[in-house]
Amino acid sequence: MPVFHSKISNSSDKFIENRKEMLALVAELRRLEARAETVSDRRLPVFEKRGQLSPRERVRRLLDPGMPFLSLFTMANYMFDDPDPETSVPGGSNILGIGFVSGTRCMVWADDSGIRAGAATTGGWRSLEAVQEIALKQKLPLIHLVESAGANLVDYEIELWANGGKLFRNLARMSAAGIPTLVVLHGASTAGGAYMPGMSDYVIGVKDNGMAALAGAALVKAATGEIANDRELGGTEMHASVSGLVEYLADDDAHGIAMARDVMARLAWNRHAAPTPAAPYAVPKYSADDIAGIVPCDYTVPYDVREVIARLVDGSDFEDFKPRFGVSTVCVQAAVMGRPVGIIGNNGPIDPAGANKATQFLQLCESADIPLVFLHNTTGYMVGTEYEQAGMIKHGSKMIQAISNITVPKIAFYIGASFGAGNYGMSGYAYDPDFLFSWPNARTGVMAGASAAKTMRMVAEVRAARKGETVDEVAAQKQEDFITALFTKQESAFYTSGRCLDNGVIDPRDTRRVLGFALETITEARARTLRPNSFGVARA
Amino acid sequence: MRTIKTLLVANRGEIALRVMRSCKDMGITTAAVYSDADAQAPHVKFADMRVHIGASPVGESYLKIGAIIAAAKEVGADAIHPGYGFLSENAAFAQACADNDIIFVGPPIGAIDVMGDKAKSKRAMIEAGVPCIPGYQGQDQSDARLIKESAAIGFPLMVKAAAGGGGRGMRLVHTAKDLPDAIKAARSEAANAFGSDELIIERAVIAPRHVEIQVFADSHGNIIYLGERDCSVQRRNQKVIEESPCPVMTPELLARMGEAAVATARAVDYVGAGTVEFLLDAKNEFFFLEMNTRLQVEHPVTEMVYGVDLVELQIRAAQGEVMTLTQDAVSANGHAIEVRLYAEDPANGFLPSTGPVTLWQPASGVRVDSGIETGGEVPPFYDSMVAKIIAHGETRAIALTRLKTALQSTALIGPENNRDFLLDAISQDSFIRGEATTAFIKDTYGEDGYSAPALTDADYVLGAAAQYALDTQSARGAALPIADELMGWGSLGVLRKSYIYRADEHDIRVDIIQSPSGLWAEIGEDKHALSYSRVSETQLELRLDGARVQVIYARHSPQHISLVTPCRSYSLTNIAGGLPNGIDAGGGGKVRAPMHGQLLEILVSQGESVKTGDKIAVLEAMKMQHEILAEIDGIVTEIAAKAGTQIAADDMIMEIKSAEVEEG
Repeated sequence: MPVFHSKISNSSDKFIENRKEMLALVAELRRLEARAETVSDRRLPVFEKRGQLSPRERVRRLLDPGMPFLSLFTMANYMFDDPDPETSVPGGSNILGIGFVSGTRCMVWADDSGIRAGAATTGGWRSLEAVQEIALKQKLPLIHLVESAGANLVDYEIELWANGGKLFRNLARMSAAGIPTLVVLHGASTAGGAYMPGMSDYVIGVKDNGMAALAGAALVKAATGEIANDRELGGTEMHASVSGLVEYLADDDAHGIAMARDVMARLAWNRHAAPTPAAPYAVPKYSADDIAGIVPCDYTVPYDVREVIARLVDGSDFEDFKPRFGVSTVCVQAAVMGRPVGIIGNNGPIDPAGANKATQFLQLCESADIPLVFLHNTTGYMVGTEYEQAGMIKHGSKMIQAISNITVPKIAFYIGASFGAGNYGMSGYAYDPDFLFSWPNARTGVMAGASAAKTMRMVAEVRAARKGETVDEVAAQKQEDFITALFTKQESAFYTSGRCLDNGVIDPRDTRRVLGFALETITEARARTLRPNSFGVARA
Repeated sequence: MRTIKTLLVANRGEIALRVMRSCKDMGITTAAVYSDADAQAPHVKFADMRVHIGASPVGESYLKIGAIIAAAKEVGADAIHPGYGFLSENAAFAQACADNDIIFVGPPIGAIDVMGDKAKSKRAMIEAGVPCIPGYQGQDQSDARLIKESAAIGFPLMVKAAAGGGGRGMRLVHTAKDLPDAIKAARSEAANAFGSDELIIERAVIAPRHVEIQVFADSHGNIIYLGERDCSVQRRNQKVIEESPCPVMTPELLARMGEAAVATARAVDYVGAGTVEFLLDAKNEFFFLEMNTRLQVEHPVTEMVYGVDLVELQIRAAQGEVMTLTQDAVSANGHAIEVRLYAEDPANGFLPSTGPVTLWQPASGVRVDSGIETGGEVPPFYDSMVAKIIAHGETRAIALTRLKTALQSTALIGPENNRDFLLDAISQDSFIRGEATTAFIKDTYGEDGYSAPALTDADYVLGAAAQYALDTQSARGAALPIADELMGWGSLGVLRKSYIYRADEHDIRVDIIQSPSGLWAEIGEDKHALSYSRVSETQLELRLDGARVQVIYARHSPQHISLVTPCRSYSLTNIAGGLPNGIDAGGGGKVRAPMHGQLLEILVSQGESVKTGDKIAVLEAMKMQHEILAEIDGIVTEIAAKAGTQIAADDMIMEIKSAEVEEG
């Protein structure tokens, strides 16, 4: 088997410079992620006074120690509800991820009630829908640690209400599919939020603090005039003994989480699953740490994506498929943590030969049932007479057609540029990859900002020329700057991840682990036979 | 001359196993006897044959002469070895053996008879010219006579059961005022334990050494002595640490004591292994204490120094063989120290502890004579000694170092035990210097006795690290396959897990942090680098700030773990998942039996008000009386147990409602 020989020197100036820039971006990612924790932790005294655990502590206690945890959507809602990058709190007031509870791989969702009492965010709801969809597709039990003020009426936006219904529909679909859903009611869950426990299979209610009601006392008074008491209206003690909404009553947060762990253990969710075992493997010959120095943060600077692949795959060992044909589209067969994968990466724009090569490779992997990994670094399909005449449209279309219809798992990483239809052909956001993560240096969009600005300038110059006028240089420059800024802002990974156009931003050096974790998740899902029913399990 | 083909061991625990091992070496078929409680005991499994002899209490099994003789006949045993304790110094038993033509591996009945009675033996020794402690061993047992004799002997003095041994029925009296009570208590305990309430009184030699001479005699008049054992470290007048030679022994003194011991044996026509106990005072004056007409618990110390198998010698003597070893050929080699591992709580007045043995992991590289095994039990009916650990070395310092190393890797999880205490005791300067006298424990640990030091941060960190390692192992075991390189990885960079332990009302929190720079433990403001690897099913190797620590553990539940580190045995319950059921937040009001036993008396009645420290009930377990004291001031609201009945550990005896609650 051909082991790759790296041409990288990690003492070169270029390497050191690249590494410095990349690590600065990773530090920025961590700084932004930490902002959510910092804001949430301001409420620690309140939690303590109420005898509660903080949302992060709830998650820590829920998860098995020593087991991996893949955080999802840590940047959700960044620069969305609050457009100011200096104040915007990423995370969508949720803590999301895939981790292990009593040895069971689960989707974990905790309301971050330390931030605006866990009220729903407009920019965050999409991440919730997405984690439910991932749970449904990957057959992951969903554990939701609930404490949310619901929708903040002051920030009312009709879309949030309209879209919010999908979250409950998804719970019903999960229950019907035979995927367990579990809620721990740590605090309030009113109005729409009340359907969160209402539609979950198992509800653990925490005494004194846990509460679920279609309307809290204030709304009841406004609506019917009844003077109600919150504990009688929706306290967990009432739900455990009167309404029947709560299956298990816990003394406090810690006990409620211990009960959730116990419920998961008793499901014995792994007993029938026998996933295909991973083959024995060697770790990559080249360290994943090098990735930070290999990849320039400026996507216009070329590098060989094979240098990245060599740091992701077992033994740094891969088979280059058609290396001399469509050379800027790199297709390789390899394995990650003992599981076979086909990897498509870009060394620049995709030309007709590259599109054809990729299409063939996609079909071959589909035939062989080999999961596909996409390493996006393309400014798109080639343009120009030569390429149009060579059938760029139809060859690109074949690739997009293949990507749309293949059924093997797809895991995509935005590792540099991902522009235009090239993003589509490489299984971008709209093509529903099983997992999609961005590196902090990634840039996505219909085209690069500079290209868009130049295009618009050309259009203006052509229009002016047609009218026999001269271009107003100042106005034109202003427009060019405006368009560049408009595109640049929206193409940043932090911004796109804020809009939930990926599953999150990761440290590039973690890519092999993320990939291995995703492959294991997918392998487990494929090994599970669910016991679906028509309507989901109804509560007594 | 009679050759023993089948030998029945009329005993249990480590000594039964010890005797059988020598039998097996000699090609003798072994037979065990057992009570209900010992049906699964190691000595029963080890024996070639086994006979059930009755219920668990000793009076219904191991002390039942008829049942044991019947058992011997059933298996066709031609000899019985009595071990120590039980019937080993019982003349009636020796007689019963003789009557049934069974060889009793022990001395002639006459010797047992004389030496079994402290008064009689003392009279005999005075006659034989063996130095004795001034005292009274007359047949007039009236209180008046005892008090009068006491005045003549002088205080402090010891009131002892004439038939006694092992510290039972023994009282140290400092003033005349305390004498009547002491006589009363010693009488009752003597009657209970030995079936005879006869007492003797002796001058108490303060802070002496307890030095005993091992003698051995064949039935042809040959008697030798095999050096001495210093058994000065005692608690409740029971030996804890024994060594040979005695640190202050001189050849001249040994010769004198040895000859006195031989004279003692000769005076009673002794045959077999016997021990003559002396008190040795600071001026190297020694006084006859008693002669034990049996194999001693601490006999391995002598075996290791003198290179003999005393059980084998006993059997050969019982067969009527002529002893080949002569006094001239006896030579000592190096130094041996033995410690006795008791199932007891040294921090709680050495109160016996019983129950299932979750883990017994003896040390290797030293001699360990034990009678327990993992999965077995320490029953409440018998002596609480569960093992002896004996280290040998060319010098005392070498033997002591080996013993310490061995103790550090010895683990008993289940009943409370004295391992940590033993480690502490042998690490005391006075012991290291060889200066320990019978006052050692009192001098070292004071009137309140030994108390276990509070757990340190390192203890908590090791506990949390062990729980983290085991929790990880359980989770991974329950999960579908996960690649090694994903373990402990979190895409946010850091994973944190809290372990929370309740300690004297405030909680101790240890966070285990998994980060790209490795594993860390955070406790308070301190951060420690951590790593671990699994050694076996019961052992982890932890590294705390680079220092390696072997941790032997038993995991009772995911929350509850017992740990044995080289310096500490302790249990922790992680309450990060909430308080486990059964932790009584109130405390004090519910009075429960501290151990299995017979509830002798309830001293209060319902509705009575009690003060903290009041004696409210008396429990007898393992032949010891334990006073149960009120832990709070209040009123007895309920009596749940009945005096005179057998009760199990943790059974409710009564409930006291706190006075504070009443007032509040």
